[in-house]
Amino acid sequence: MAMRRQSVVLGLLLTPVTLFLGVFFLLPLCIIAVFSFLTPGLYGGVEWAFYHWNYGRIFGWADGIIEIFEPIYLQILLRSLSFAALTVMLTLILCYPVAFWVSRLSDRWRLVFMFLITLPFFCSLIVRLYAWLLILKPTGLFNTVLLATGIIDQPLEILFTPTAVVLGMVYVMVPFMFLPLYAAIDNLDRAQIEASLDLGATRRQTFLKVVLPQTLPGIMGGAVIVFIPSVGNFIVPDVLGGAKGLMIGNLVEQQFLSSRNWPFGSALSMIIMTVVLTVLLVGMTRARKAGGHA
Amino acid sequence: MAALLEIRAARREFATPEGGRLAALDGVDLDVGANEFVTLLGPSGCGKTTLLRAISGFEMLDGGTIRLDGADLAALPPFRRPVNTVFQSYALFGHMTVARNVGYALEVAGLPKAQRDAQVAEALEKVGLAGMGARKPSQLSGGQRQRVALARAIIAKPRLLLLDEPLSALDRNLRQQMQLELKTLQHGLGIAFIFVTHDQEEALTMSDRIVVMRAGKIEQIGTPRDIYRHPKNRFVAEFIGETNLFPVTVDRIEGANALARTAEGVPLHLPAAGRKAGEKITAILRPGDFSLSDTGIPGTVSRAVYLGTDLYLFIQPTAGGPEIRVTARDGAGAAEGMQVHLAHDPARVHVLETA
Repeated sequence: MAMRRQSVVLGLLLTPVTLFLGVFFLLPLCIIAVFSFLTPGLYGGVEWAFYHWNYGRIFGWADGIIEIFEPIYLQILLRSLSFAALTVMLTLILCYPVAFWVSRLSDRWRLVFMFLITLPFFCSLIVRLYAWLLILKPTGLFNTVLLATGIIDQPLEILFTPTAVVLGMVYVMVPFMFLPLYAAIDNLDRAQIEASLDLGATRRQTFLKVVLPQTLPGIMGGAVIVFIPSVGNFIVPDVLGGAKGLMIGNLVEQQFLSSRNWPFGSALSMIIMTVVLTVLLVGMTRARKAGGHA
Repeated sequence: MAALLEIRAARREFATPEGGRLAALDGVDLDVGANEFVTLLGPSGCGKTTLLRAISGFEMLDGGTIRLDGADLAALPPFRRPVNTVFQSYALFGHMTVARNVGYALEVAGLPKAQRDAQVAEALEKVGLAGMGARKPSQLSGGQRQRVALARAIIAKPRLLLLDEPLSALDRNLRQQMQLELKTLQHGLGIAFIFVTHDQEEALTMSDRIVVMRAGKIEQIGTPRDIYRHPKNRFVAEFIGETNLFPVTVDRIEGANALARTAEGVPLHLPAAGRKAGEKITAILRPGDFSLSDTGIPGTVSRAVYLGTDLYLFIQPTAGGPEIRVTARDGAGAAEGMQVHLAHDPARVHVLETA
């Protein structure tokens, strides 16, 4: 009786979230999946007829008449993946030592730092990215300082390059890497570090054999949270990227908004999702295995 | 015999939150011989853990020296010191198996796996955990984790093993069993042990010598019997075991014994050697030094606590003053409210020269 009542209550509590996710997450996903196999309409929208050339023009079985195969799409996908991977690596390298440092601060300073880390969220992303634009442009702060100090004699061309995109993404993603890392590092048992040193392990050995394996869950969590939105990111390349910094997200955006080819945009989206899911699954199983043996 | 470990004038100060300086170690001198079991005993905050951490290298001294086999340790980081520690929380590596935990010191020293495995098996055998190597620390009981921590710390055959209250998390029976095992193990290994505890019973059971510390200073160093029977001062007397302290004035000398009285008039007999009439001293008697008798100090049993073999009695002297604590055989027939007399052997009285 009690069990039955509990499951009824649980069901009631879970209904809103199930409905919400069903209508606003699962349904659109299904629509995209279906659209990716439909014929593009003449003025946007779709015609309800099966059409596999959305994928064909990406992977190379287009007939060259109705649709043309362009390797550029795969190149852009590859570029997006490498930008995202680079973002993960750079945020990790930036955040790991900082998380260590913060976990040693007193409670008060820790709170201050946590506030600082979340501070960017109080301001619109677009505004912050335009600030980066001002910093990076040839007559911007960065170049002015470097010129004035005599380190360079020509302004560096950073804006509208891949460097600018990765820089921008690292900036946007730092908090998302920091928080899971910090949680893992803060949980680390300091006595274990001492035990390792006490047993004759150098600091390097201690880091590799004790600290790294124990903080691996945090590293994996941060990597996932940074990688996924980075792959599909279109705002950062839009503002800072220019033509050479175009990412797959921009392509999708273009298909839906300017080119009005919804089925092709849907096909691109499905590919992003599949690739990201595969990368994650492979990465997670590898990490779990490594963690088990380490 | 040259000491294995020589500590001279060790000082360590910490800043207090109020902005003052607190000396956790205030001029500590200590020698530890090879294969000696030395216990650092004292209340929390007395500096015993700081001293241990200074030896293992996790705490730097502000002054003084620590020498091991004549070599100054000051410049050596923890991982270069031939000293290992059993931590209070055990600090086992949760992501490694028991065997890898135990073999860690050999692993980081670069020993090949085949040699490691043999030594790990031997070390696990020594602590009674043979065959448990494949488990994870989370699958072990508290007592077993304790043994893993011990095996891990002794596998590299350190000259000196430091133990930081390693038994405090165990229940009483297991603790007593581990106390005896530790002592046996220490004898077998031929390693010097420095054992930190605030549990005086633990200290008495295991140690070759006890170092009683208070506020960063050593109050007394001696064998357990020495410390128990002949405490140097009030603090040591009260910290080690149950104690009756009597501030008394020597009344007169009667042959080999002297008669002394408290301010309330409770009479005590003590050895006459060195005593003068009119002198103010403190007489110390352990609860077991008194016996119920027909003559002696008259008093009333105000409380009797049953301890199994013994009764623990609080006796209010008829003359007045603080209650006297006495252990008596359960069969002695003492009960609350009874009138009794307390006799004692003058030779068992320990005297502090200050009142």
